[in-house]
Amino acid sequence: MGDHHHGPAKGFGRWLFTTNHKDIGTMYLWFSFAMFILGGFFAMVIRAELFQPGMQLIDPAFFNQMTTLHGLIMVFGAIMPSFVGLANWLIPMMIGAPDMALPRMNNWSFWILPPTFLLLASTLFMEGGAPAFGWTFYAPLSTTYAPPSVTFFIFSVHVLGLSSIMGSINIIATVMNMRAPGMTYMKMPLFVWTWLITAFLLVAVMPVLAGAVTMMLMDIHFGTSFFSAAGGGDPVLFQHVFWFFGHPEVYIIILPAFGVVSQIIPAFSRKPLFGYDSMVYATASIAFLSFIVWAHHMYTVGMPVAGELFFMYATMLIAVPTGVKVFNWISTMWRGAMTFETPMLFSIGFLVLFTLGGFTGLMLSIAPADFQYHDSYFVVAHFHYVMVAGAVFSMTAAIYFWLPKWCGRMYNETMGKTHFWISFIGFNLTFFPQHFVGLAGMPRRIPDYALQFADFNMMSSIGAFIYGASQILFLYNVIATIVAGEPTSEEKVWDGAEGLEWTLPTPAPYHTFETPPAVK
Amino acid sequence: MTSQASTEYEKYYVPEKSRLAICATAGLILSIFGAASIMNDMTFGDPEESTYSWSIFLVGLFFFMATLFSWFKIAIDENIAGLNSAQLKKSYVLGMFWFIFSEVMFFFVFFATLYYVRSLVGPWLAGDGEGGRMNYLLWEGFEYAWPMMETPQEAVGGAAVQPIANNGAFTSAHTSMAFADAHAWYAWLPMWNTAVLLTSSLTCHFAHTNILKGDRSKFNRWLGITVALGMFFLYLQFMEYYEAYELFGLTLNSGIYGSTFFMLTGFHGFHVFMGMTMLLIQLLRSVIGKQFTAEDHFGFEASSWYWHFVDVVWVFLFLFVYIL
Repeated sequence: MGDHHHGPAKGFGRWLFTTNHKDIGTMYLWFSFAMFILGGFFAMVIRAELFQPGMQLIDPAFFNQMTTLHGLIMVFGAIMPSFVGLANWLIPMMIGAPDMALPRMNNWSFWILPPTFLLLASTLFMEGGAPAFGWTFYAPLSTTYAPPSVTFFIFSVHVLGLSSIMGSINIIATVMNMRAPGMTYMKMPLFVWTWLITAFLLVAVMPVLAGAVTMMLMDIHFGTSFFSAAGGGDPVLFQHVFWFFGHPEVYIIILPAFGVVSQIIPAFSRKPLFGYDSMVYATASIAFLSFIVWAHHMYTVGMPVAGELFFMYATMLIAVPTGVKVFNWISTMWRGAMTFETPMLFSIGFLVLFTLGGFTGLMLSIAPADFQYHDSYFVVAHFHYVMVAGAVFSMTAAIYFWLPKWCGRMYNETMGKTHFWISFIGFNLTFFPQHFVGLAGMPRRIPDYALQFADFNMMSSIGAFIYGASQILFLYNVIATIVAGEPTSEEKVWDGAEGLEWTLPTPAPYHTFETPPAVK
Repeated sequence: MTSQASTEYEKYYVPEKSRLAICATAGLILSIFGAASIMNDMTFGDPEESTYSWSIFLVGLFFFMATLFSWFKIAIDENIAGLNSAQLKKSYVLGMFWFIFSEVMFFFVFFATLYYVRSLVGPWLAGDGEGGRMNYLLWEGFEYAWPMMETPQEAVGGAAVQPIANNGAFTSAHTSMAFADAHAWYAWLPMWNTAVLLTSSLTCHFAHTNILKGDRSKFNRWLGITVALGMFFLYLQFMEYYEAYELFGLTLNSGIYGSTFFMLTGFHGFHVFMGMTMLLIQLLRSVIGKQFTAEDHFGFEASSWYWHFVDVVWVFLFLFVYIL
């Protein structure tokens, strides 16, 4: 315990052996950014192929590998770990805890990720190529007709699940057990609340995903017939199991984003969050509803009408708590003394574009309408509005918002704002036209398309290149801040920010709240 | 605001640094890489070609197990050294609780699968509801019953007639695992399995009440009986599998009945093995290390929760796999 107070260890061992929540948070964030770049690179390959109709650059089999790996890496490698990194950095500082509850397990949750994604990416070089069945890996594409690399994919998913479950158990134990005296549940910052509920969702559904891939493994190698009608099973069973995981999964991605925005909007509106209690209840309601809506992804598989109706109405219900949230954010801004620094710009961008994505979700929830939209580019546009403009925009906002606190240096505001506007324009140029081509009938996951879709696809591709390039600016800005940003030592980097993390010195010391603060 | 809240405050022990996570990762990744390679050799590989898959798997698994052993040993030693505050102990309690919850969800998938294939897929394949077309177009003559003693593939003439859309020939068992003969009821293994496992839950509880009284010798005795019953269960389960494979013709290839049967009982059996190992380690800790007191015995308590959990899973399994 001798050097306990002297800060981090020297050398690379610091990162390998660390038990410090800030170190682990930093590793999660950098790792997820690396995966964001890798997944983004795959997206650029896809958009380059779709720049013009006809086959230009890659063959269809490789195109399928690109869409699959793009989805898997973005969901499991970029977005999820980035929010876990944020949780690691912020939750102990927000609730007045010395660290996460189970620090060694915390390090293990992180270190499982890099070799696993290396294994997953290495399937590209295996015989038969990488998995090419889409990130949803529907049977029998992923069983009977899968390349041999599917086995490595299955085991990767198993250990990613292990990592997520351990990470979530850690977060639950931290929030339930490590709050400073006086930090009651209903005083917790909303980011902590959303992560508590997200962690619960993860512990509940990651085992379901493990079950799904285990059944795939058995079907492929041990002759079972879970997903084969010839033996009395059903390929649609796979879709049920997958989406029982998959629908809560999309809330796992978006709930922490809600939490981030609920911290940032009040700070730059210089008003407390409007309707804190209703925000908590809305988050819990969304989490509950996420368990009973899974089959809205499967309207076209031939479900009984009663099923279609149940899942349609249950899905529409989600619009109610989500609407509560949107109204609360807007009400927070109402008559606030607002300023528009980069985090606020990204948060407002989130608010507008996520709401748009929510509306298209509502359109898709209508079963008879979905028969038309299903598996079209309209769906692609919808979920990129919630995944990119939802999760990634809020994550970007979070980095700009807390980076000065973490490293004691201010980022370049002009560059940040430039990043926002390029991102905003690039993103909308990419995905807005996809609504139109989708409604007009362009199917997703196809490397070629009919001539009438050419103009919109070219716009999409140009937008994607712009959006992709803007991330290099982001990377540059972050590195420049860490290396040579303007030093700041103000505890409250943002004058309107509230919460325990802003009572700590800037930059945040290596160990914080070793004795818990008093919370009024 | 950062002032100390109370002088009574115990320091929360945050380990300084640790090699455990890196070693566990290395072991885990090697073992999954090895396991996946073994399976790919088996299914897609050339049987003539020799590979290193098994060596990679075994080295990884050994390294993984050794790391976990060391990890638990360190955690136990820290507790004995008095580093664990009451608050830290609560973190372990929460960790175990939510771990068991995740296991519940894992079994939930397979029970849900069983429900889905029994109540929905089977009737649809036999022509019920909207599935009617599927029956006369693909599986004409298939009639649904549970346990499914004839797969749809067999109903239309076997793999020779219906070779695609599956990974092989699905040949049914000639006898199911359900209760068959009232005159030879004593030969029905699942009943004995149920009796053994329920008894073991009870003996595990007696062990708990005795450690709470501080009576180590009775604790050791009841815990020993529990571990022995666990082993006996595994022996009976092994006999059950022997019977299924050798006498009844029920295998993993027997269509969805075999798939669900072996998936549920297999994962349950694996969890019994894990729970038994956990309890055995607690027994050794008590007998050899004289560890555990009436106040501090969380290692045992957590293992006992796990044991009761696998017991409850078995009750559902007995009900839905064997009885109903």
